[in-house]
Amino acid sequence: MVHYLIGDLGHLFVILSFVASLVATFAYFKATVSDDIRKQEWLKNARTAFYVHALSVLGVIVALFSIIYNHYYEYHYAWAHSSNNLPTHYMISCFWEGQEGSFLLWIFWHALLGVIIIHTNKYWEAPTMAVFAAVQVFLASMILGVVIPGLNLKIGSSPFILLRDALPSPIFQLNPNFVPEDGTGLNPLLQNYWMVIHPPTLFLGYAATLVPFAYAIAGLWQRKYKDWIRPALPWTIFSGGILGLGILMGGYWAYETLNFGGYWNWDPVENAVYIPWLFLVGAIHVMVSYRNSQRALKTSFILIIVTFILILYGTFLVRSGVLGDSSVHSFTDLGLNGQLILYLMFFVGVSVVLLLIRWKHIPTSEREASTYSREFWVFIGAMVLCLAGFQVLVETSKPVYNKVINAFGGIGNMAPRADAVAFYSQIQLWFAVAVALLSGAGQYFWWKREDGTKLKDEMLTPVLVSVILCIFIIPISGITKLPYIVLLISGTYALVGNAFILTRLLKTSPKLSGGAVAHIGLAMMLIGMLFSSGYSKVVSLNNTGLLISRDQSEEFNNENLLLFINEPRYMAGYEIRYKGPRLELRGKSGYISKFDVEPTGLPDEVRAKTDLFWKDQKVAARGETVHVYGENTFYEIEYKSDEGKTFTLYPRAQVNESMGGLLASPDIKRRWGSDLYTHVSSIPIEKSEEEWSELEEVKVLTGKPFFVNDYVATLEKVERVNEVEGVNMEGVMAVMGTIKVQGEAGEYFPKVYFLIKGSTVAFIPEEVPELGVRFFLRNIHPETNEFTIGYNTTQKDWVVLKAMEKPLINVLWLGTFVLMGGFGMSLARRYGEFRKMRDKNQE
Amino acid sequence: MKKSSLIAILGIAIAIAIIISTAGDASSYVSFEEAFEMSQKGNTTKIHVVGQLKKDAMGNVVGVRTHADKLSFTFVLVDDKNREETVFYNEPVPPDFYRSEQVVVVGAFRDNLFVADRILMKCPSKYQEEEVKAGL
Repeated sequence: MVHYLIGDLGHLFVILSFVASLVATFAYFKATVSDDIRKQEWLKNARTAFYVHALSVLGVIVALFSIIYNHYYEYHYAWAHSSNNLPTHYMISCFWEGQEGSFLLWIFWHALLGVIIIHTNKYWEAPTMAVFAAVQVFLASMILGVVIPGLNLKIGSSPFILLRDALPSPIFQLNPNFVPEDGTGLNPLLQNYWMVIHPPTLFLGYAATLVPFAYAIAGLWQRKYKDWIRPALPWTIFSGGILGLGILMGGYWAYETLNFGGYWNWDPVENAVYIPWLFLVGAIHVMVSYRNSQRALKTSFILIIVTFILILYGTFLVRSGVLGDSSVHSFTDLGLNGQLILYLMFFVGVSVVLLLIRWKHIPTSEREASTYSREFWVFIGAMVLCLAGFQVLVETSKPVYNKVINAFGGIGNMAPRADAVAFYSQIQLWFAVAVALLSGAGQYFWWKREDGTKLKDEMLTPVLVSVILCIFIIPISGITKLPYIVLLISGTYALVGNAFILTRLLKTSPKLSGGAVAHIGLAMMLIGMLFSSGYSKVVSLNNTGLLISRDQSEEFNNENLLLFINEPRYMAGYEIRYKGPRLELRGKSGYISKFDVEPTGLPDEVRAKTDLFWKDQKVAARGETVHVYGENTFYEIEYKSDEGKTFTLYPRAQVNESMGGLLASPDIKRRWGSDLYTHVSSIPIEKSEEEWSELEEVKVLTGKPFFVNDYVATLEKVERVNEVEGVNMEGVMAVMGTIKVQGEAGEYFPKVYFLIKGSTVAFIPEEVPELGVRFFLRNIHPETNEFTIGYNTTQKDWVVLKAMEKPLINVLWLGTFVLMGGFGMSLARRYGEFRKMRDKNQE
Repeated sequence: MKKSSLIAILGIAIAIAIIISTAGDASSYVSFEEAFEMSQKGNTTKIHVVGQLKKDAMGNVVGVRTHADKLSFTFVLVDDKNREETVFYNEPVPPDFYRSEQVVVVGAFRDNLFVADRILMKCPSKYQEEEVKAGL
């Protein structure tokens, strides 16, 4: 049955939200330009319209979620992004896997922020909300899904489209009401708890940049060139903090889930958020500087506007399909390019024109800033941040240049950098050095008077302390590369300098210490990045001495380790041993061996071939059905240090045909000094018959050992049986032999059958997958009491493992917490200032 | 000169340097022929070659040779100008390798063998299903 109502309702809400945002834009515009009497009426109408808009957005979300939650696979969105056995908490992630849903998330945050603006502002409501509502018009149009008849023009892509309309397939001609039994599922990489919270956080940061932009436009529009800064500043800090947090969550997710061995890959999609964030942080600094000394007002306008435009540009990059060839995780093209360009161009046009018209009227300070003044250095700092962003922008935009060149008939053939990570890192490193030095020194300029000699005395101590610290750190850590040494010294200086300032501030005015705390966090992050990335070391070196390729030089050392099951190898001070493939239990914690279960036909249910245990607790009895996460296989790898301490890691791999093969996720051993980061890079594909060696036979007596593939085996006993699983016993004589094999990690007892029916014989072999051997009972010799055991061998189970050491990576993660703490502290302070003024009816 | 103008000039200078650094060393997509010529001239810059895996009449991928230790392999890539070259890659075969429609190899010729530092694969319908599978 096709559930039409819910989709129609959802689509109705989409249209309503679009229309309401149009009305709200118009009404807020009128409220801004009208005189006092009419103003109140327009405001009332505008508010109503915006509330209708916000409620419709909520309605859209509820409708879409109920489609996903109830598995209405007649809708393309549910079919493409969800499946029956998806846990409920990941259904939330389904929401933003698709483009439409992520637009919806963005719209939702804007609507919510709009409501907050309505309630926290008096004077600023009308002009800022006019900007807000206008943005919502563009965003709502992206999910409108309306085709203008006659023109054949499609506006937006609706999430409520039916499967049969989205993907015309022959089956719908036979039965238009066909509903698939199951969806195609959520991208397995997104089935991670970080993916439940990272996108909403990032989009909240994205959405929050609209607030300062709206204030800046309102300030220009209403000729309140100075007054917008105070209400906008807490929002700028808020969006800077949240956007930064969202970026770092994404990095942490990548570190935990993806297997490229890091948290940041300079992928265009990552850069698309990093660039506006740098400009936003620059904007925070000049705005704070303005609040203190009435300087850098024009810069504040420019940076806030540029930040917002870069957010739109980033959206265009990620969502238009321009990055198709150069990024691994951009969205596919939904045919929204025209709309996205229009959206971008509209706000570029409005803000640039408005800024140009008002430029002459924006007050500036005539007096030159002294070199010893804080404003001067804050300005330099903001400039460094913007230049850093500019560098990433110029490089990331390459696919755009190609498109533009092609549009004008040329041949755009610029390829992305062969080694993007090295290229960006080597340049961004110097910007980081400058930022670290400025953040260390800047705080001194900030809190001290403009006096050259006194400053020098003040700054001498932290400089000396950091130099002394580095003299000790450098030889211990073994850093030799000059750029890294420079970064280490400047990072240490930023840390020490800000720590000095912080201790002093805590005594006098702890409320004002947000800046110092944030800078300490930044310094920690820089130091963590320096060590974890600059000195990340592959430890899974191929030390078997086997030549990889005779054509290759020695530098061609292998960075992967081939591990056969239960055969020890040595790596990074550990004896490591691959123990076999495992399945994760569903509903309780623990892993079971894949060799001890057989498939049932359902992907998430297996049957136990033997009693199953996890940590000495019985999980299932023989023959019982066990619920597992069928699509994941974990590879149990045991590590034993020289001191005899052991731990086990379970790197994961997912063989997923529709995703194109193997997806490997790392498992990480967290240690104080460094993380041990491991993932599988190759696994055996399903065995086929040809891979078995030719059958070999031995004649044995029971209880007498024989050798199979270097293992000691004994035929324990042979007995007559009346039942054999899966065999119709009518007229069948069956003999079962039990063999004992001594493997590296324990004994195995395969059971082999010899069946006679009339003049034909049959064999039921059993495989010991841990040993790569398959046994047969081939013949019985009553005259000598001997039995013929047949066996063939195959390659033993194996995995290829890659392992890296990431020193001091936890300093980076700890630094992010400190940084966020700093953002929070300054946010609280600046919001307090705004509230005080507003309650005095100033704003 | 005023300090602010000095800073502005400095900023612009850095910006120009950034643009030059991006444009100056821009790598581009080339064919095997150009790549080979570059290596003959002693130019070992890493370049991008776009191509497809060599396939037989049945559409099966041919020419992939995995080394005994499974840690590296060679394969045959046919570039856009139909030139075939053997490419060496010092990593295990990525399991979605055989399914890829298009392969971009990033690397350079060393002697007569193209050694890839990185391979990028474009697989059909990686994130988006294109048709409803029959018999669902």
